[in-house]
Amino acid sequence: MVEASGAGEVIPPAAVEDVELYHPHSWWTRYVFSQDAKVIAIQYSCTAIAIGMVALVLSWLMRIQLAFPGALAFLDAERYFQFITMHGMIMVIYLLTALFLGGFGNYLIPLMVGARDMVFPYANMLSYWLYFVAVLVLVASFFASGGPTGAGWTLYPPQAILSNTPGGQDWGIVLMLVSLIIFIIGFTMGGLNYAVTVLQGRTRGMTLMRMPLTVWGIFTATVMALFAFPALFVACVMMLFDRLAGTSFFMPAIVEMGEQLKHGGGSPILFQHLFWFFGHPEVYIVALPAFGIVSDLISTHARKNIFGYRMMVWAIVIIGALSFVVWAHHMYVSGMNPYFGFFFATTTLIIAVPTALKVYNWTLTLWRGNIHLTLPMLFALAFIVTFVNGGLTGLFLGNVVVDVPLSDTMFVVAHFHMVMGVAPILVIFGAIYHWYPKITGRMLNEGMGQVHFWITFLGAYLIFFPMHYVGLVGVPRRYNEIGETSFVPESVHDLNVFITVMALVVGAAQILFLFNLAWSLRHGRDAGGNPWRATTLEWQTPQTPPAHGNWGRELPVVYRWAYDYSVPGAPEDFIPQNQPGTFPTREAGA
Amino acid sequence: MAQVVQTHSAKPHLPPDGRQGFVSDWASDQQVFKNVSWGKAMMWIFLLSDTFIFGCFLIAYMTARMSTVVPWPNPSEVFALTIGGHDIPLILIAIMTFVLITSSGTMAMAVNYGYRRDRRMTALLMLVTAIFGAAFVGMQAFEWTKLIHEGVRPWENPWGAAQFGSTFFMITGFHGTHVTIGVIFLLIIARKVWRGDFDTERRGFFTSRKGRYEIVEITGLYWHFVDLVWVFIFAFFYLW
Repeated sequence: MVEASGAGEVIPPAAVEDVELYHPHSWWTRYVFSQDAKVIAIQYSCTAIAIGMVALVLSWLMRIQLAFPGALAFLDAERYFQFITMHGMIMVIYLLTALFLGGFGNYLIPLMVGARDMVFPYANMLSYWLYFVAVLVLVASFFASGGPTGAGWTLYPPQAILSNTPGGQDWGIVLMLVSLIIFIIGFTMGGLNYAVTVLQGRTRGMTLMRMPLTVWGIFTATVMALFAFPALFVACVMMLFDRLAGTSFFMPAIVEMGEQLKHGGGSPILFQHLFWFFGHPEVYIVALPAFGIVSDLISTHARKNIFGYRMMVWAIVIIGALSFVVWAHHMYVSGMNPYFGFFFATTTLIIAVPTALKVYNWTLTLWRGNIHLTLPMLFALAFIVTFVNGGLTGLFLGNVVVDVPLSDTMFVVAHFHMVMGVAPILVIFGAIYHWYPKITGRMLNEGMGQVHFWITFLGAYLIFFPMHYVGLVGVPRRYNEIGETSFVPESVHDLNVFITVMALVVGAAQILFLFNLAWSLRHGRDAGGNPWRATTLEWQTPQTPPAHGNWGRELPVVYRWAYDYSVPGAPEDFIPQNQPGTFPTREAGA
Repeated sequence: MAQVVQTHSAKPHLPPDGRQGFVSDWASDQQVFKNVSWGKAMMWIFLLSDTFIFGCFLIAYMTARMSTVVPWPNPSEVFALTIGGHDIPLILIAIMTFVLITSSGTMAMAVNYGYRRDRRMTALLMLVTAIFGAAFVGMQAFEWTKLIHEGVRPWENPWGAAQFGSTFFMITGFHGTHVTIGVIFLLIIARKVWRGDFDTERRGFFTSRKGRYEIVEITGLYWHFVDLVWVFIFAFFYLW
């Protein structure tokens, strides 16, 4: 191959010949059974948001019950348990995981690494449709006899399949487990696509260390999901056998209603280990894409290169690896050898190091940046604050002695809603405001967006800050009403009413957001190809929205990293990744 | 698409060594694994993921077996066959293992012939592999039938811990499903090879992409993996 005069690195021709795309011929293959990652991304996102709205309404109903016990006649204890279960499961798996990986992953990975599509478009299509079936099965449990399962989103046995738990001996738990199994199979098809596209399908010049952090976040989360979901899959299969085939994997000898059950000899703790071996990485499966996306939002809207790019990449990878060895911190109260508790507390606290490093780097990126307070930037800033707040309470709960009294109180609920509920959701909003112009060609309405932002951001704090206090005074979670209890002061009841009102308001603001999405589709300001003047490849497509195949005749060639903002001496304050020339770059070596 | 473009700055720089060199090798342009096709990379990652599934199954089984307070049935007696008046322990399992390992050999030969573009031998050897695989599943069905007749159920068995039956049926069942899928996969690919799809660049029915002889090797990866998993099941379930 040719060596350039200065012994500079020269990239050989494309390693893989340009793919042949599947060209759809009918409306069905173009928009419904589409093999185009961008269409699949939109399908994933719409389905996830739709089912997420169900979960939002469930949270409203729960909050109404907590503030005004008995106000809704149909909402008895069983319904309440069913609602918390479905709210949790939908939000964590069917909304956040599906939206970050299936939605943003599908849309952004091929565009950001300069590929025409995912490497296996057909499997990608199957992935979405299996996800869709999983959602249908989940929704079906609302209409099955006995209703959905009320086992709590962790589905702990033995109670998950006992007759006194809603859905335990009816269809609820069976449909839940089947839905999860279908989801995991569907996700695996998509996940293999995302991972292989990033590893093997990049365009010329796009080294791993030139990828935008969004891709790094989604990629690492995908790899983690491919290794974590198997544990949930196994747990679901085994519990399905316990429920349907009478096995006793998780069921100890048990007497229910004075009657000795046929189960015996199983280990409920085994389920907890399997569940949390999935469950803890799941937190970071949701958080890492958010970390990645927020890095890009901050860099773009502060017109400054991300501080410590390589450090950010390593932090993502290290967080991903560490998150596989911390799972038992969810099980301190299940009882374990004190040395195990010590081990898991230590690993949990070590994760704070790379995480704090990322927060510092975001802050240092903002420092003396040219900060544009656009909507994506507002949401990114809100994320940093919220994530720090949620993360700090994580340090409390990661310590065994502090966790034991706080476990199963509303403090835990407040903690995980801040850190893996509100924080990633804020990033999702920021990301939608950021990429909506690329997806539709139109800007979202700024005024509605501002209202949506301030209500959501401040409202989330008004909901979850008081909830910490409610938990600290000892109000347990998963109780449909507290009643008259000596340790619960009167102020808790007032706070419960306040939290509920705030939850209703914040929920309503989301309807404004959905309206904005629909309204701007027709009436939004024309965006042009690159409204944020961003460097990454997805903004450099020949058409907006990107056409089938993304890049027209020639794939882009990448000459620089993703963060050449405000480079001294450059004519503009950003240099796209695919721009050749001798402009200086701030890219780190190698 | 044969032109060469310079995508990095022209300032003189030597390839870094040590940790930096390691990172820049892995992070290098376009592909992490040079000359590894998408299909093969996907199969490897899938198999890693599948390893976690079997790992979880086996660890769950070991937990059940180690924590049980009732006796665990003795595998050499349970899995013995009476042949000619003698109880021969593990004889069926030994034959099954032998058959499956042999099938890995024929699979490896099929891959070899595939890369020589020898249509007939490749298809034939894949067919032989599939027959071995089907024989394995058949013997497993025989073993299941025998145990069920002796009273082994997922929820109970005549000899001890109920978890014996549950883990046995679940783990061998899950592995047998993998073998069955492999047999079907082998037959489909063998038919394509026989028909000459990879010589005429015929397009796939579902994906409408051209197939290549490499698919034989990818099928082989899956088959060897299923084989390897059996070795672990054999060791942990039957020999323990």
